[in-house]
Amino acid sequence: MTGSTGVMLRLAWRNLWRNYRRTLIMLAAITVGVWAMIFMTALMRGMVDDMVRGGIRALPGHVQIHHPAFRDDPSVANLISPPDESLRAALDSGDVLAWSTRVRVPAVISSERDTRGVVLLGIEPEREKDLSFVAEDIADGRFLESRDDRGLVVGRKLLERLETELGKRVVVMSQDPDNEIADRGFRIVGVFESKLGSTEESFIFAGVETVQKLLRIGDRVSEIAVLGNDYRKVDGLYEAISTAAGPGVEVLPWYEVDRYLGTMLAVMDGFVWVWIVVVFLALSFGLVNTLVMAVFERVREIGLMLALGMTPRNILSQIVAESLLLLVFGLALGNLLAWASIEPLKGGIDVSVVAEGMEMMEASSVLYPALYVGDMILANVIVLVLGFLASLSPAWRASRYEPVQAITKD
Amino acid sequence: MPAVRCVDLCKTYRQGEIAVKGLDHVDLEIAEGGFVCLSAPSGGGKTTLLNAIGGLDRPDSGEVWVAGKRIDNLGKGDLARMRLRHIGFVFQAYNLIPVLTARENVEFVMQVQGVAAAERRQRALEILEEVGLAGLGDRRPARMSGGQQQRVAVARAIVSKPALVLADEPTANLDSHTSDQLMELFTELNAHHETTFVIATHDQRVMEFARRLIRMLDGRIVEDIRQEAA
Repeated sequence: MTGSTGVMLRLAWRNLWRNYRRTLIMLAAITVGVWAMIFMTALMRGMVDDMVRGGIRALPGHVQIHHPAFRDDPSVANLISPPDESLRAALDSGDVLAWSTRVRVPAVISSERDTRGVVLLGIEPEREKDLSFVAEDIADGRFLESRDDRGLVVGRKLLERLETELGKRVVVMSQDPDNEIADRGFRIVGVFESKLGSTEESFIFAGVETVQKLLRIGDRVSEIAVLGNDYRKVDGLYEAISTAAGPGVEVLPWYEVDRYLGTMLAVMDGFVWVWIVVVFLALSFGLVNTLVMAVFERVREIGLMLALGMTPRNILSQIVAESLLLLVFGLALGNLLAWASIEPLKGGIDVSVVAEGMEMMEASSVLYPALYVGDMILANVIVLVLGFLASLSPAWRASRYEPVQAITKD
Repeated sequence: MPAVRCVDLCKTYRQGEIAVKGLDHVDLEIAEGGFVCLSAPSGGGKTTLLNAIGGLDRPDSGEVWVAGKRIDNLGKGDLARMRLRHIGFVFQAYNLIPVLTARENVEFVMQVQGVAAAERRQRALEILEEVGLAGLGDRRPARMSGGQQQRVAVARAIVSKPALVLADEPTANLDSHTSDQLMELFTELNAHHETTFVIATHDQRVMEFARRLIRMLDGRIVEDIRQEAA
């Protein structure tokens, strides 16, 4: 540390405590502001995480492989082969938590009282358990037991619409690749419940081999869904699966499969920025006011230091150092307070009073705050950088004083 | 080489609508090791001249040379560095930085100069002893008398052994006894360190200590007297 840096820091530190009430008030404001930035961000992140995880569990997974035309025409006409050896090697790698093949076709389900249009999913029950919601959300009856299970799992809402019940038979009808009717009877063996009524009404599940036989499609499938470790770090997994899958298929990350969710995450990232900047702007008025007052009260002293040989740059640095010291202490306390208030809430915050609204957003009625290091760094960097910029104006004014005028100022 | 040389210095102030001549074609040379008093009635130009010599204020025209270097055309940063290296200042009031102790105030200039901590501490303690403030180094200015504060300011002005010390009404806020003590200190430092002193004052007692007395009126030098110091 050079001599002038040392004396600047010493002066900055002591000047802060000349008017300790004003400094403490400003410190409290920065602390609360930083806490609000981080705490609210953690709540928002928690909510979005819950929504995205819920969305990913509602079938997309992190990466999906389809026939290139499947997104435009999700029917039996656009199928792919089951994974070959090289793709299987990638799917069985450490980066993949779970994967499964599915047959997904539009179908009609009929009970003795009503008929509904649905999406029929032929699944591999053992693999699907680790991939999507359906095994976990069985409310009545049982989940499918094997690839050739002949039972059918339906949603609670659909059951009510069809005015049927667990154990009864229904007829499922679709088309085979030759556009011939393919239908068969299923016994309802399980009922699932979901946060979203539309999910309960839209999807029915049967064993993949049973559905392949029904549709006369051999071992071909509609999609392969893959679950990785972290939905935010999906690009590496996407690249690996794309390479292994080769040409002739379309590989998509979850934010392309479900664009609503992807867009929502991007919007939330932007909103975090806006929120942090807005809180900072409120803080900056206090910060600039504190510095302007501090400079105004010390005009003669600044004149004296200039007269004694401090350069204008030294004076500017000293005022900026005061601001940065205040910010650093405020940030330290704000971070600590945020961590201390989020840690006990990690078990979840019950927001069941607004459960209906939360369910509309596909979020659960228990909110789990998610404290990301990246968000903390973002808040800290924004406060430091913008605080530095905000302090430049009063510091610049102080550095431009003419010593002879400053010393004689009344 | 003279310690200070002023050539045809002019400076005009505006007081409302009226133009006031602070310096009116002033020519002056002060030899190294000189002990000079600038005397003038209020508004006579002594502080203006002192500020011009110290690089605190720029003349409208003319030249100012300090330690052989022309300073009136330097930028703010260069002027600050010149003051830091070559000039010690003692002002009438508001002389010390209130958040620093007496020792830290004395060390201030040396610290900005980049003198090592141990050396500046040692020199600060020695100079404080020399100005009669041994043991008071840890006091903040608010806990010192006016005379003690001026002594700290003097210690700060001379501790880095500048070629020139400029003092503007250094005794204005002191009683006569303390004034005499301060002037004796100046005389002693002038003799021992061969530092050039230029003191602006209208205090007759201070003038008696000077070896050269320059009287000013309306921004002009009207009398330049060599005399025996008291």
